[in-house]
Amino acid sequence: MAFRRVSIILFALAVCWFAPAQAQTVERAPDTMAARVLACASCHGAEGEGTSDVYFPRLAGKPAGYLYNQLVAFREGRRKYPPMNYLLAYLPDPYLKQMAEYFASLRPPFPPPAIPTVSKDILARGETIAVNGDPERGIPPCASCHAPSFGGMEPAIPGLLGLRAAYISAQLGGWRYGTRTAIAPDCMQIVAGLLTEDDVKAVAAYLSSRPAPTDPSFAARGSLPMPLACGSQPN
Amino acid sequence: MPTILKAWLPTLFAALSLLGALPALAQQDAAVIRKGEYLARAGDCIACHTAREGKVFAGGLPMKTPFGTLYTSNITPDPQTGIGTWTSDQFYQMMHKGRFPDGGLVYPAMPFASYTKVTRADSDAIYAYLRSIPPVKQRNREHELRFPFDNRSLILGWRTLFFKEGEYKPDPTKSAEWNRGAYLVEGLGHCGMCHTAINALGGSSESQAFEGGLIPMQNWYAPSLTSNKEAGLGDWTIEEISDYLRKGVSARGAVYGPMAEVVYNSLQYLNDEDTRAMAIYLKSLAQGTSPDKPAPPLPSAESSLLLSLGKQIYDRECASCHGATGLGMPPHYPPLASNQSIQMVSAVNAIRMVLNGGYPPGTAGNPMPYGMPPFAHRMSDDEVAAVVTYIRMSWGNRGAAVSARQANELRAATLN
Repeated sequence: MAFRRVSIILFALAVCWFAPAQAQTVERAPDTMAARVLACASCHGAEGEGTSDVYFPRLAGKPAGYLYNQLVAFREGRRKYPPMNYLLAYLPDPYLKQMAEYFASLRPPFPPPAIPTVSKDILARGETIAVNGDPERGIPPCASCHAPSFGGMEPAIPGLLGLRAAYISAQLGGWRYGTRTAIAPDCMQIVAGLLTEDDVKAVAAYLSSRPAPTDPSFAARGSLPMPLACGSQPN
Repeated sequence: MPTILKAWLPTLFAALSLLGALPALAQQDAAVIRKGEYLARAGDCIACHTAREGKVFAGGLPMKTPFGTLYTSNITPDPQTGIGTWTSDQFYQMMHKGRFPDGGLVYPAMPFASYTKVTRADSDAIYAYLRSIPPVKQRNREHELRFPFDNRSLILGWRTLFFKEGEYKPDPTKSAEWNRGAYLVEGLGHCGMCHTAINALGGSSESQAFEGGLIPMQNWYAPSLTSNKEAGLGDWTIEEISDYLRKGVSARGAVYGPMAEVVYNSLQYLNDEDTRAMAIYLKSLAQGTSPDKPAPPLPSAESSLLLSLGKQIYDRECASCHGATGLGMPPHYPPLASNQSIQMVSAVNAIRMVLNGGYPPGTAGNPMPYGMPPFAHRMSDDEVAAVVTYIRMSWGNRGAAVSARQANELRAATLN
């Protein structure tokens, strides 16, 4: 009993002690990831869903390993885009990992698929490359690594849906010109190098015209036999 | 056989006693190396002597200067390509006099004009630390300097104007803490490299020490540390200054631009005592220069138009974090009202923050910083000018209006 009384007194004292401090508390920034990554929202949307700018990609629901690799590549300048290189310059690995996991966990609705602005023939050519590749020219199908649903594979191969044609062709161009690079062996650099301008246009048009996936999950790690070795996705 | 053994005995004993002494020596060495590592952090050696994704201290980082591009050197103990053959005397000569072992002149991009204040003991500790790191074989890259700056003898002229050799002399009228802070700020910290106006000759003028200036090539303004109207810390508390230096965020403002690099690579690693000492010294630099608040400039017709547009933009884009009256939510959403960084004569930093946004560095004291979004792609030059004018002239802030042309010029500023 005596012990309880002492505890009550101590508790009351503690309350008195903290009360004035609490009264002075000023408004603080919300202790959430959403508040911490507001800097990303103006280009990628509040939930990573993308914005009306066709060059800024959707981040939501991509595998965390992929997003993390991109954040590190931007920070180190391996992937060149000055506004991103600048923003991430002094952020440590564990925090970039948390950011990646945060955006990977979000599932905002997909945008309506793009209405193709290219001819039926070009669209069909895009579908052929994406689904079957072009074995004669050594071009593997997108589906072989990015999954037949184009939803991506864990841990680091991104989904290709919900992206605009302009973004997809800019990235393939970036690989060809060396402004976007990944950990060696850089498989996408090889693939992009095999594509002609017309191939790029066709694939970008096809992928951006695909409807939102019904099942937004990724293929399990190692479930797809990859035709090329990729440094970002060691098997 | 026994006679031979007898003859060898003293040697054997000597060897054994030496072995006994070794652990003590090794411990002493380890302590010196640890001290050297700490001091190398204070000197932020890594920021320049490590290229992006390069091997630590192997150099090769391009440094753009108004005179051309310099490539930093390999300071690992590799004997061929690093400083593996240097003696501690030669290392001290570099730090203290800015001369290579062969007597050649060092480009003043190496802050030897600050490092000259470092004591011999501290220089030796850094030397011991650099001897202890893994050697990396990586040849130094030739500098790419424009004529006539590729002529090293020009450095002689620079040295005559801007270099005063000499270790830090403590001021006996000041406290030990103050002197420690001064030693770190003026010496290893080489704060004056940016926070002192840089003239056309690429030198920091001692008569204008810590008075601020635009950092060449980077287009960030390094504010004066001596004026409370800029980054003078006269009316900050020691705790606020310490938080700013070590965590990168404080109740008064967050670090951004090149200062984020300094906190990330260097200041976050300093201990409580050294951080406090620097804070005490920095606070004292601005004593007695209390802001003589001028009357707010009368808004001209043009700037009142800017102000009303600016307020609309502010309420829509900024107020949710920085508050309708600019109080922010410190430390993560910095206050804008009475924030010196916003009211400085140079509006460069405020404009660039709106254009480029930014994250304070992730530090041990603030591992998950909050970021400010870039607005370059969403605001026109007129809108940037309006909102920056509004925050510079509201809530008691006494900055001057900003023009769309100023905003436009900074769109092209290098980001990294």
